Amino acid sequence: MALPVAIIGSGNIGTDLMYKLERSEHLDLVAMIGIDAASDGLTRARERGYLAPANGIEWVQQNPAAVRLVFDATSAYVHVRHAKILAELGITAVDLTPAARGPKVIPSVNLREHLDAPNVNMVTCGGQATTPMVAAVSRVTRVPYAEMVSTVSSKSAGPGTRQNIDEFTRTTARALEEIGGAEIGKAIIILNPAEPPILMRNTVYCGLPEGTDHDAVLASVVSMVADVAKYVPGYRLKQPPVIEEGPYNTPGGVVPHRVVVLLEVEGAGDYLPTYAGNLDIMTAAAVQVGEAIAAHHEVTT
Amino acid sequence: MTAPSIDATPVKRDFRLIDSTLRDGSHAISHQYTVDQVTRIVRGLDAAGIQVIEIAHGDGLGGSSFNYGFSAVDEMELVAAAVDAATQAQIACLLLPGIATVDDLKRVRDIGVSVARIAVHCTEADITEQHIRIAKDLGMEAIGFLMMSHVSTPDELLVQAKLLQSYGADTVYIADSAGAMTTNEVRARVATLVGGLDVPLGVHAHQNLSLAVANSIAAYEEGARNLDGTSAGLGAGAGNCPTEILAAVCDKQGIVSGVDTLMLLDVAEDVVRPIMPRQQVVDRAGLLLGYAGVYGSFLLHAQRAAERYGVSQAKILLELGARKVVGGQEDMIIDVAVELARKHAEAEGTT
Repeated sequence: MALPVAIIGSGNIGTDLMYKLERSEHLDLVAMIGIDAASDGLTRARERGYLAPANGIEWVQQNPAAVRLVFDATSAYVHVRHAKILAELGITAVDLTPAARGPKVIPSVNLREHLDAPNVNMVTCGGQATTPMVAAVSRVTRVPYAEMVSTVSSKSAGPGTRQNIDEFTRTTARALEEIGGAEIGKAIIILNPAEPPILMRNTVYCGLPEGTDHDAVLASVVSMVADVAKYVPGYRLKQPPVIEEGPYNTPGGVVPHRVVVLLEVEGAGDYLPTYAGNLDIMTAAAVQVGEAIAAHHEVTT
Repeated sequence: MTAPSIDATPVKRDFRLIDSTLRDGSHAISHQYTVDQVTRIVRGLDAAGIQVIEIAHGDGLGGSSFNYGFSAVDEMELVAAAVDAATQAQIACLLLPGIATVDDLKRVRDIGVSVARIAVHCTEADITEQHIRIAKDLGMEAIGFLMMSHVSTPDELLVQAKLLQSYGADTVYIADSAGAMTTNEVRARVATLVGGLDVPLGVHAHQNLSLAVANSIAAYEEGARNLDGTSAGLGAGAGNCPTEILAAVCDKQGIVSGVDTLMLLDVAEDVVRPIMPRQQVVDRAGLLLGYAGVYGSFLLHAQRAAERYGVSQAKILLELGARKVVGGQEDMIIDVAVELARKHAEAEGTT
């Protein structure tokens, strides 16, 4: 039986997620909740036959038995309040904001580690795109310092992202450490207004200590890219990964080499056009997590 | 006997001169400033009457990274040295949202920095709201800084500048980060912004088309009341508006800069030039940046990538221009270099 779920937040992320949930056999979207009945997201939800209440989290409080899991695609500040309410109602929260109240989940790295958690955090779009690469390196060698640079088209960055840009960098950097396995992580985000809009780009740099098996690093990266591409079909290497010679005076100490991984994410074009790979990677990852939780619920209940 | 003018009554000045040798100049020395260099430069500029001295990694606070180059010395140590060395000058720091966070701003405020320049690509002003508001809450002067302003029309820039003003910016700057603007283009933008804003305007010029001083003077004539310079023009790309040349031209035109031109000449010659790895000239790559409208700090990164992958620096810069990359996308330099190298290899393989 499919798990009844709702989306709260009818912006870019929430609306894209709606389209992806339509294709899920294990998750049954009951309601798309917003705060503006006239918003594009709620209008589309109504057109597609979903409940589309405009009274925000209140709707969940009024209908606590209607859903078992809520995808929160509002903003970091708003999710802090929602997290508390959902926890009290016993409803699992999959948090697509950078609020990071619960454990962080990156499907290709730690999908099954937090299936019983009341609240899991999807990190950020850039975190979903780059943490697997750091994990790929850190399963081969010690990573004293890792860094990611994410460039997204201006059109694909909604007001939530724009107001939460510090939360993006903090949460992403922590994910590189906690899940990627880097000793120190740093995150950078750039908005690019070029027309036509650019595809989402992500670059990962990892410092490589003396004695690292470079071939093993490169092979591990290529293999992890394939793992992520299983749930984000537009995720790919723009160039083969390269090892560059330093030395580099990183915050984690001087290293002789770095690996540079140049990635591109083309979206599925569900809501925004294909340039918005940053939406896809978040929503596709969230569906993975939701489905894993649903399967886990079936086994345990 | 007259007392030194700087210590007595406030000097009448026609505009405010902000020196960025220790921030934008940092690009030109690959972010290798030492505490001793910072101390000597601040002492010189401070004694010459510069009112605001900006210091940070070239890409702003938190810029020390793989992507932009690691600083030799922790920037907080350098900031502290600058604060210690200044007697009358205010110390400013630049911050790019997306690279640094308000935590960095709080840290430098605690050290004694009183001016926050919040820099953003000129179409994305709305990502600065958090940072400008917090700078104001911390009791700092907040300057909103629109980079790459050659890509926007005067009216588009005004919309973005008004956003900065609405968040609480005390001054708005437009930066010609690629050194790509002609004097007429500067005049048009400054006139529109001065006419449409309540707060003062500033202009940050680069030398790629050899117009930095001329553009700064034109900006003044159109009503800009803040101008940026760096000692000996030390800076990204072909360099910045040289502070001492700007001061000299102002003297000759009867514009009161309020700084001691001869003392600035000494700082440039005796303190800054000896530490410059290369003189700031408009060479092929420098001119190409301005010609193609490419972010100035890409210059040295592109040179290194060209050497590493055996491809042409000029081709890298032109391709970056064609891709419309913005400031901060230094990773695309590697992307372009690797791609060019691959195409070369493929072409050789087929012949």
